[in-house]
Amino acid sequence: MNLQPEDWNALWITLKLAATSTIILIVLGTPLAWWLSQTRFRGKFLLEAIVALPLVLPPTVLGFYLLVALGPSGPVGGFIKAIGGQPPVFSFEGLIIGSVIYSMPFVVQPLQDAFKAIGTRPLEVAATLRATPWDRFWFVAVPLARSGFVTAAVLGFAHTLGEFGVVLMIGGNIPGETQVVSIAIYDHVESLAYTKAHWVAGTLLVISFLLLVAVYAGNRKFRVWKP
Amino acid sequence: MLIILGCNEPLTSEGTALVAVASNFASTADKLVNVFEKETNYRIKLAIGSTGKHFAQIQNGAPYDAFLAADRERPKILEQNGLTQSDSRFTYALGRLTLWSPKADLVDSSGNVLFSDMFKHLAIANPRLAPYGRAAEELLLERGQWDALQPRLVQGENIAQTLLFVDSGNAELGLVATAHVKDRDGSKWLVPEQMHNPIEQQAVLLTSQPAAHAFMKFLRTKRAQKIILTDGYSVP
Repeated sequence: MNLQPEDWNALWITLKLAATSTIILIVLGTPLAWWLSQTRFRGKFLLEAIVALPLVLPPTVLGFYLLVALGPSGPVGGFIKAIGGQPPVFSFEGLIIGSVIYSMPFVVQPLQDAFKAIGTRPLEVAATLRATPWDRFWFVAVPLARSGFVTAAVLGFAHTLGEFGVVLMIGGNIPGETQVVSIAIYDHVESLAYTKAHWVAGTLLVISFLLLVAVYAGNRKFRVWKP
Repeated sequence: MLIILGCNEPLTSEGTALVAVASNFASTADKLVNVFEKETNYRIKLAIGSTGKHFAQIQNGAPYDAFLAADRERPKILEQNGLTQSDSRFTYALGRLTLWSPKADLVDSSGNVLFSDMFKHLAIANPRLAPYGRAAEELLLERGQWDALQPRLVQGENIAQTLLFVDSGNAELGLVATAHVKDRDGSKWLVPEQMHNPIEQQAVLLTSQPAAHAFMKFLRTKRAQKIILTDGYSVP
């Protein structure tokens, strides 16, 4: 095998980053998407626009502003420093913050659409059967929106795997800590080690493909099995 | 810029050269082009980017007439691959390294701050990719600090990103391009040139386009070299 330990390391960090970010995004994104799909609040469009904003900025530019905001002289980093903490730039935690913001629209929007597609009727029926709002959410909305969850998780995960500009800016390329695989590949390309780049990129593609196949296959099986 | 300037006079493609220039040299190249265009009827369009990307593009047929690289290796490989005009490769500038902090009194005049624990992060350019990074590594190896500083090093993909790490306050200090911090406040140590191998930036001619040819010639004149020196580089 042509992969060196630091390449495996970068792959591992990337998978860890994508998995962690996806879990956080599902946890944060679900209530947000649910609220957006149900609310009659008139300022809702403002929030929807904010959720979509990370799509607008080129990733390196988004990364640049995160670097500034999270740094010791930025508003967020400065606050953390003032209360005695460590600004999260150049750490794995910093990468997670960046990835969550970067991949947010890819998780929230499919979820919101899936909740919306349920329509009001199943929820009203459940309400007439005395289901509490909590029950209606967990036992009606979530199961009906299941394919939306699969899409959201896959998109969030895949988008974070391929992330480059943001992590490039706020990571500092520290091997074993913030050097993700996209940067490792970029480094190989830029230093003319094309063969190494092909190997790492190929490995990333194969791993991602297998993961996606497993998720979609599992989703299909689940659907067939369900009465 | 070219399009606006070019409105008044008809330009043939004969008179306009497309020159790929390394990002670290972009602002200096801009000044050089301004002077050059005033002196001649030729026009130069600059394509700014990383030397690695320009190299890959040229290997794959990009329509550049000349290439001002950030290093020596890549123009040399292009030459070996027969993609350049013969005997056109030369060093147009030598990069200088400066240890810089935006804080007024952090860096002393001989760089001894590197032996202290007054900083958490030292930013350097990636030694694998950027000639300035390689020079930084050589400097730290030379002073026997490379291993000790490992946990505190953060690496920019190029010298501009390294500057950004320091400028944004995320790293307290960094080994950056002298050209980038020439006009900045803070504290500095201009690293003596003999403490690392020269950071040779080389240029090659890729086509026989006359404007590009004239521009390459112009780069070696005293006038051009003065501009290059003023911007924080040295010349061979």
